[in-house]
Amino acid sequence: MNWISNYVRPKINSLFSRREVPENLWTKCPECGTMLFHRELAENLNVCTNCDHHMAFKPRERFKALFDGGIFTEIDVPQPIADPLQFRDQKKYPDRLKAAQKATGEKEAMLVAEGEIGRTPIVAAAQDFSFMGGSMGMYVGNAIIAAAERAVEMKRPLILFSAAGGARMQEGILSLMQMPRTTVAVRMLKEAGLPYIVVLTHPTTGGVTASYAMLGDVHIAEPNALICFAGPRVIEQTIREKLPEGFQRAEYLLDHGMLDRVTHRKNLRDELITITRMLLGLPPAIKGDLPSPEADAQEQAQEQAETGK
Amino acid sequence: MNYLEFEKPLAEIEGKAEELRALARANEEMDVEKEAEALDRKAEALLRDLYSNLSPWRKCQVARHPDRPHCRDYIEALFTEYTPLAGDRNFADDHAVMGGLARLDGIPLMVIGHEKGHDTKSRIEHNFGMARPEGYRKAIRLMDLADRFGLPIVTLVDTPGAYPGKGAEERGQSEAIARSTEKCLTVKVPLVSVIIGEGGSGGAVAFATADKLAMLEHSIYSVISPEGCASILWKDAERMREAAEALRLTAQDLHRLGVADMIISEPVGGAQRNREATIEAVGRAIEQMLKGLMKKSPDQLLKERRQKYLRMGARGLAA
Ligand SMILES: [Zn+2]
Repeated sequence: MNWISNYVRPKINSLFSRREVPENLWTKCPECGTMLFHRELAENLNVCTNCDHHMAFKPRERFKALFDGGIFTEIDVPQPIADPLQFRDQKKYPDRLKAAQKATGEKEAMLVAEGEIGRTPIVAAAQDFSFMGGSMGMYVGNAIIAAAERAVEMKRPLILFSAAGGARMQEGILSLMQMPRTTVAVRMLKEAGLPYIVVLTHPTTGGVTASYAMLGDVHIAEPNALICFAGPRVIEQTIREKLPEGFQRAEYLLDHGMLDRVTHRKNLRDELITITRMLLGLPPAIKGDLPSPEADAQEQAQEQAETGK
Repeated sequence: MNYLEFEKPLAEIEGKAEELRALARANEEMDVEKEAEALDRKAEALLRDLYSNLSPWRKCQVARHPDRPHCRDYIEALFTEYTPLAGDRNFADDHAVMGGLARLDGIPLMVIGHEKGHDTKSRIEHNFGMARPEGYRKAIRLMDLADRFGLPIVTLVDTPGAYPGKGAEERGQSEAIARSTEKCLTVKVPLVSVIIGEGGSGGAVAFATADKLAMLEHSIYSVISPEGCASILWKDAERMREAAEALRLTAQDLHRLGVADMIISEPVGGAQRNREATIEAVGRAIEQMLKGLMKKSPDQLLKERRQKYLRMGARGLAA
């Protein structure tokens, strides 16, 4: 990519960044209680317009906002064996899975895709907290391995958005084994010399934090995200004292040296573009929403036709 | 001798036998030996019966038995020239993790493990085997040292889990565990691990990610404690028996799942009944595991270790 093709007129951008949202829906901000018009909230990347509280952002929505023109291609994740332990608690595990699939419309707790951000080809993976708390089981492990393998194959950076209550208990030891499995995936990227950037979103806890989420080349967190190994309640029970204000929140971790940056969601995309392009030794990109690469090419072709070149 | 709850009937019989013998010692005319021997046989049969078919929850209790040999016992009995190495060069020396240079059958290596302690004082000193970030960072440092000098690594796992404390979180418990697991997957020397008691969650993974993992017959390895799992999924910590069942945390289940490569038999009645025999068996297992790995090239070791984890779990319980 050269300097010239990076030059995109900002006027078209807004046409492509509109996302389809149902009319007449309101959401109450869990932080400040403000009633937010659904469309307005979506336009604001699910960040409260009143208090800046960063609400959960579904992987599909996040990818639409992340990739140029909202265009991305999903990467297939090998389906693991169903219910490997034949786990039963008060419900059967397959029933819990089915319920989560019905409620979210997603297959599992992680989405992997490729596309361009600021005309920089990347692979991205995003964890879905609404799917059984984003919990890490065989599927999430397979997703991260698939993402790393694709990144290595295409020589692209991997950007991973973490969000999870921890391991998927219903997969027992096999969920725990996703810690080493995903670490192997991270090693693939590192040994191929490819950037691995982790965006830690609310909440990122347990075995997820203690594996791939804390092994990034760069750690960026969304404001006020809870990021921890042991949860605050467990710690309070253990040490029998009240924890300080903001304990284990993104800003607290930044202060304690565990993160590189805490970044507002509205600036995240630009920042990811800036960082990845520098790590890859590419020239600076044009900031802001970009149309899809295809639309860009079409427009250029049309322009060329009009000017008779 | 500490008896577990399910061993109560056994405690009664063994107690009676002991009482009889004590009486005989006090009164020379009494001949109780026949009667005491009968009780011994009864106790032995009961012990065999109890331990031949332990439920997963009972296995958890045995795995946590205070009289089981701990890391220090294995190191002292199995290795020569053990030279402890301390500190993470950053903050502190974590006593929940011990390790250093040692020789096994003359071969120099690095041994690292969780130490729980054996009485109130030492348990507090070792923080009940719950490591803080410094413990994992010490382990990383020792693994790195072993890697640079081509020494095999042996890890002994026995922890309820990483310590859930304020300072531990502030100093990056997650990052320390993640880096330790990463180190296990980066060293180019043979790495073998034995779960000698409790393999508690991420705190265990950080050491147990190995070329070969052996588990003692009544040890456990789990993503969460049965109590913790019960309180989340059953909303009642008292349902730990069901949780222990569902989690498949026994050595036997983990062997079926391909997570454990071998099971080391324990004496009848568990490791705590015959510590020497248990320690010896663990020593033989370590030698056996290392023998096969020492022949492999560094690159082959690394490749196969990673392949092992990439493939793990593909077939579930049918593996
Ligand atoms: Zn708000």
